[in-house]
Amino acid sequence: MFNSLSERLQDTFDKLRGKGKLTEADINVAMREIRMALLEADVNFRVVKDFVASCKEKCLTAEVLDSLTPAQNVVRIVLDQLTELLGTTESKLVLAQNRTPNVIMLVGLQGSGKTTAAAKLAYLLKGQGHSPLLAACDTHRPAAADQLATLGTEIGVSVYRGDGKDAVKVASESIHEAVNHLNDIVIVDTAGRLQIDEEMMQEAVAIKQAVKPDQILMVVDAMTGQDIVNVVQTFAERVDFDGVIMSKLDGDARGGGALSVRAVTGKPIKFVSMGEKPDSLEVFHPDRMAKRILGMGDVYGIIEQAQKVADQEQIDAAERMLREGFTMDDLLNQMQQIRKMGGLAKIISALPGGERAMAQQGGIDESSLSRIEAMIHSMTKEERARPKIINGQRRKRIAAGSGRSVQEVNQLLKQWGEMNKMMSKMRAATQGGSKKQRRQMQSMMRNMGMGGGMPGGMGGRGWGM
Amino acid sequence: MGFFDRLKSGLSRSREAINEIFYMGGEVDEDFWEDLEDTLVMGDMGGELAMRVTDDLREQAARENLTRADQLRDALAKRLAQEFRTADRDPFEDVPSCVLFVGINGAGKTTTVGKLAGRARGEGKSCLIGGADTFRAAAIEQLEVWGTRAGVDVITRERGADPASVCYDVVEEAEKRGSQLVLIDTAGRLHTSSDLMRELAKVVNVTRKRCTSMPVTVVLVIDATTGQNGLAQAKEFNDALDLDGLIVTKLDGTAKGGIALAISDQLGLPIYRIGVGESIDDLETFDALDFCRALVGEGK
Repeated sequence: MFNSLSERLQDTFDKLRGKGKLTEADINVAMREIRMALLEADVNFRVVKDFVASCKEKCLTAEVLDSLTPAQNVVRIVLDQLTELLGTTESKLVLAQNRTPNVIMLVGLQGSGKTTAAAKLAYLLKGQGHSPLLAACDTHRPAAADQLATLGTEIGVSVYRGDGKDAVKVASESIHEAVNHLNDIVIVDTAGRLQIDEEMMQEAVAIKQAVKPDQILMVVDAMTGQDIVNVVQTFAERVDFDGVIMSKLDGDARGGGALSVRAVTGKPIKFVSMGEKPDSLEVFHPDRMAKRILGMGDVYGIIEQAQKVADQEQIDAAERMLREGFTMDDLLNQMQQIRKMGGLAKIISALPGGERAMAQQGGIDESSLSRIEAMIHSMTKEERARPKIINGQRRKRIAAGSGRSVQEVNQLLKQWGEMNKMMSKMRAATQGGSKKQRRQMQSMMRNMGMGGGMPGGMGGRGWGM
Repeated sequence: MGFFDRLKSGLSRSREAINEIFYMGGEVDEDFWEDLEDTLVMGDMGGELAMRVTDDLREQAARENLTRADQLRDALAKRLAQEFRTADRDPFEDVPSCVLFVGINGAGKTTTVGKLAGRARGEGKSCLIGGADTFRAAAIEQLEVWGTRAGVDVITRERGADPASVCYDVVEEAEKRGSQLVLIDTAGRLHTSSDLMRELAKVVNVTRKRCTSMPVTVVLVIDATTGQNGLAQAKEFNDALDLDGLIVTKLDGTAKGGIALAISDQLGLPIYRIGVGESIDDLETFDALDFCRALVGEGK
């Protein structure tokens, strides 16, 4: 749905090719594209206006206008500006040294993910050697305390619930509880509230006064639209906060709100929350966020995701493959990993220029993966382990079993053969081998990458990530 | 406070913004149109739709010789209202009926189910709640609190159970009891997690297949504060589940609900209810013209 900014700018400048030199009018066209990209990413429109104005000024220098690659230059300027605005350094949680327990308070709208974030933060701090206590001060939403208690049990952090009625009382009691149980950090989870709900805002202020938190973090949903400015402004005025946790960034929201928050309140984004699991709270990286807002592909994100799904078992499997060759089960495994990462289309679109390549190919046919899976599932255990034994009769049976044609089974076996060949060459290269062989292998590795072309998601040698 | 006033106060922020423009003297110049477009964008309507609506209004103004702010405002409200599709059938009134609630995390599904159950009970309908959110911690407890408040039974299983089997149980129980309205809450999930979307498709399919005695409606619950990603959400959910309509929640803040317009425009889905407040009665039937009039700041 969204084209990345660099592609749009490329298109814009493609039309201007042959003009020799860019004029201010050309830059205006480019700035309009930037404006639309930022609006699509939910950056507040006032922030967009200011941002675009300052970018335009920078782009109107002779350096950019006369350069041979104006599109790249404009993108670089926009990206640098955006990264700078988002905060040039990673901001970490600041804890007071001379106070025990430290108190962290979480605030935010309903459904922004405070309770989940509280548990994630507790998990993170526990991993750093702290002994956190969770205080369930959301006394409004039914069963909110139960939710926190369940999460607390899962991550092994104790939860103080108090009487579950008076949020302020629960908050102040939790401090005593922490002192008694030698917890060095208290994380106060509060009820979600609308910024225009006076009564609820007063409750938040009352909790703040009662526990005097060292850090107040506001949890902001990455999917929030233009309204985010009103929300953070009011929260900043009434309760004031030190930093922001952006939640639900594991979706495909571009998270332009991060820029609005910075621009309007000047508060740093401290953490990003990327999923359901307790370990999915990560430190905020302004450069990655800038690229995400502009829809420019998150290469680091993909690498990290790949690392996450590749567990020790699979590393062992890779070693075994090198030793004994590549089986159909391995192929199946690889395809399931691609699935886990969200499918071929998602992986490719996260690579720079990937969306453009995909559009040229007419999209990716994910169903080819399922067809291969079906064929492999129709093989016996022995056939999967030693595909060489698959003769004509077996091919016929596999084809019938998976509802595919014999030709398709043949194609699959051929691909397996190629991959296996490659694997044995790799084996030779890892066990010593000449310089020439090693060079050969390097070029092979290159071929295994995306360059090989993957029409319809298949046909190439390109499952190996 | 009547419904219209409540909605109006909820939408006040965007209305004020638009009013600012309309009151800027009688003169309608280039700046006026530019500001109007910005304001619509600020209402989370999306750049493309905002541009189209503004261009349309501009053309209409030229054609019908509309120069006064109130004329333009009226024309804009009507123009925006056209973007909405009206529902052929109200699944909460036309009983017996089975409704499944889907959406991303924190959209307000459980709360909506609770409110609708309370409302149906108050109207004397026999109602049954299904708790198919067996994933989130304490989701079942939250639903049970709502059930107790509304005096409606909740059918569910332990945490971690197969949600599709919960739906099966709920429909079976409803048929046995002869319940008129069945409301099933599902676990929130991001539209980008393909495994969870497949699981949800299974839940919906099982329910549609098992539930032969009454029509099954699948409703996407969407938070009014959502920005342009709401469109991606609605598209993905619609592709996977073939949605019947929407419920927009949390319109009581300063949120504008412009995304509802964008979704309705793109996918042609009707809006069944809108949430304009905290209490049970604040879940109202959607009226496109009222909504748009409130949005552009027109009196009753």
